[in-house]
Amino acid sequence: MYALLSSIPYWGETLLRLLGGAVAVLLPAGTIVYLFLFKMMSFMQSRLGPMEAGPYGSMQLFAEVGKWLQKEDLLPERADSFVFKIAPLIVLASTFLLVAVVPFGPDAWFTNFEAGVFYALAVSSVSVLGILMAGWSSANKYSLLGGLRAAGQLIAYELPMILAVVGVVIQAGSMNLQNIVVAQNAGSIFGWDGLGNPYLLTQFVGFLIFMIAVQAELTQTPFDMPIAESELVSGYMTEYSGFRFLMFFIGEFATAGVFAFIASVLFLGGWGVPFSWFGWTGINDVDNWMNIGGPLIMLTKMLGLVFIIMWVRFSYPRFREDQLQRFAWKVLIPVSLVNIMATSVLKVAF
Amino acid sequence: MTMIGDRQQLAYIASQAADARVNVELETEGMTLNIGPQHPATHGTLRIIARLDGEQVLWAEPSCGYMHRGYEKLTEVRTFPQVTALVNRIDWLGSFANEVPFILAAEQLMEIEAPPRAQWIRTILFELSRIANVSLFLGDLGVQLGAITPVFFAFRDREYVLNLIEGATGGRFHPNFDRIGGLKDDLPAGWIDETRAVMKKMRKFCDEIENLLFGNEIFESRTRGIGVIPRDVALQYGMSGANLRASGVDWDLRRDQSLPMAWDKVDWKVWTHNDGDSYARCWVRLQETRESTYIVERLLDTMPSGPVMTKVPRIIKVPEGEAWISTENPLGEMGYYVVSKGDLGPFRVKIRSASFNNISIVPWLLKGVYVPDIITILASLYFILGDIDR
Repeated sequence: MYALLSSIPYWGETLLRLLGGAVAVLLPAGTIVYLFLFKMMSFMQSRLGPMEAGPYGSMQLFAEVGKWLQKEDLLPERADSFVFKIAPLIVLASTFLLVAVVPFGPDAWFTNFEAGVFYALAVSSVSVLGILMAGWSSANKYSLLGGLRAAGQLIAYELPMILAVVGVVIQAGSMNLQNIVVAQNAGSIFGWDGLGNPYLLTQFVGFLIFMIAVQAELTQTPFDMPIAESELVSGYMTEYSGFRFLMFFIGEFATAGVFAFIASVLFLGGWGVPFSWFGWTGINDVDNWMNIGGPLIMLTKMLGLVFIIMWVRFSYPRFREDQLQRFAWKVLIPVSLVNIMATSVLKVAF
Repeated sequence: MTMIGDRQQLAYIASQAADARVNVELETEGMTLNIGPQHPATHGTLRIIARLDGEQVLWAEPSCGYMHRGYEKLTEVRTFPQVTALVNRIDWLGSFANEVPFILAAEQLMEIEAPPRAQWIRTILFELSRIANVSLFLGDLGVQLGAITPVFFAFRDREYVLNLIEGATGGRFHPNFDRIGGLKDDLPAGWIDETRAVMKKMRKFCDEIENLLFGNEIFESRTRGIGVIPRDVALQYGMSGANLRASGVDWDLRRDQSLPMAWDKVDWKVWTHNDGDSYARCWVRLQETRESTYIVERLLDTMPSGPVMTKVPRIIKVPEGEAWISTENPLGEMGYYVVSKGDLGPFRVKIRSASFNNISIVPWLLKGVYVPDIITILASLYFILGDIDR
């Protein structure tokens, strides 16, 4: 793999990475929208979902995108036009920045960043800016309320998410996402290495908190007050139409996919299979086929996690804003602090 | 007595002044938010003018009339049999129930009474329209609170009830089946067995909604203690129906007055709740839907045979007089005050619809709540725009 990459000139490599990034963001987003938003939701609600475009409606997504592209790009008269136009780009950019540190295989990564966890958590909160900008610049009271709700919510849930990840970082002893994957797959549970040591088992509390925080970060029900279609019409997206709405839409589902990637790296062993199955001991032993198999394993785990996110989304009612804040500050943060303490005590003890 | 030095006193005054200045600077104007007339939560065209401080409502007032169709005036240029086609459309989800009180009032003026079988079928169709109406409420409740799945279950299962209504009357939404002196037709063959099966399905739907929503902790935290209407306030504002019964008032016109209908011929229970909050209102409606299915089943068991129409003149002229009949419709007390001058049509009809009075409590109820609670409260009060504006 390295030999192959080194023969490509620098510009070619950059182009490859950009293409890979686009695929890594858009492919999961499309899959999630079709599988979960179109089909799973329909089956849960005793209906069929799209059936006309393509076999079982599989081409529906392209039809939808085509529809959005044809729509007029509306700009409210009193909107702050520059901020209004740039806001969806910022939301989408945060997703693309996020995928840059996710490892998909032993060599299939975009950047092998030493402080990857730190970077991912920092970049994920950039989307708040975009949402706040969208809410403010729309010159719409519903948008403003939605934007402010989003800002309050995303900041409140950033903290439990970080604290949940700290447990993993302590256990792995590294902030590099690649090292965290290796530590899980090369690890062992009380000397038995048949499963590696996925942190789902040891950091179960952290996993739960992380998934709840992800749910809130993605503004999915029961934490969807920023959009709250029965209260705020469509929250910060109320005034958007056409391509700019499409960007928010892709951003929402692509971020769901990327967060699920990160959760699978942190808690489910990422791209790896337990190394003991093939007699590998470290990352250097891993066979080359894992660069193809790894992304597929990641995709499977990602779909599993997004299934949980969407399942909750389609079956729960919505919290109220103050209840959401109380839940973050009075339940999630204390629990995650206790989790960190327990993890560090056990880390020192063993 | 302690002496306060000049310097201390000055410092105190200065600090007070600084505080006051800061307070004046931080004092912000409220934001006026127009919820509606086009808004997902008002299911219709109700407009709520709300002055907000942040997310808190300082003052709110409903503004109705965006869908006023002038039915009271229109009845004056219709003949008596024609009026049912209009009043069908007042509460469009439970339309058969709207016809009944008007027909009863006309019958009272003409001093005739429908034959027993017609009374039974009227009561059954009345309860079916209640089930169709309230089952949609139970699904819509979820949407208002952010859960999108229950509404599809509601639409799926309401379809069975609408099919029954269509089977008996020929119309799904606006049957126009009631006639002065009885009904247009008898029930079709096989209808009774099918109704029994559908009532079982509707009870299953009630269980499903109860599991999905009423057992959910988020649902409880969103509705319990929200929009509490005490017993005396509910009475003062003239509320009726499930909204009143949820405030602990044991009052149901089906039981409390004697009309030529079949409710008093079977056993059933009036459900009340003492809390008076949104949860109580939703819970009472859920129990009533279930109770309605039992009412229908018991009425089917005891249905008498015979004609469905008495002898009435071919051209109906209602004798001079005034009549007031009200019944317990899906939304609450609905009544018609009919004044006849002995002509083909009524001289004047005053329609007392339930939602108009139920919604009048909104300014009192919305004071000090948060924006999401506006939606909860409006959803739990359960109004139909046609029933407000008429």
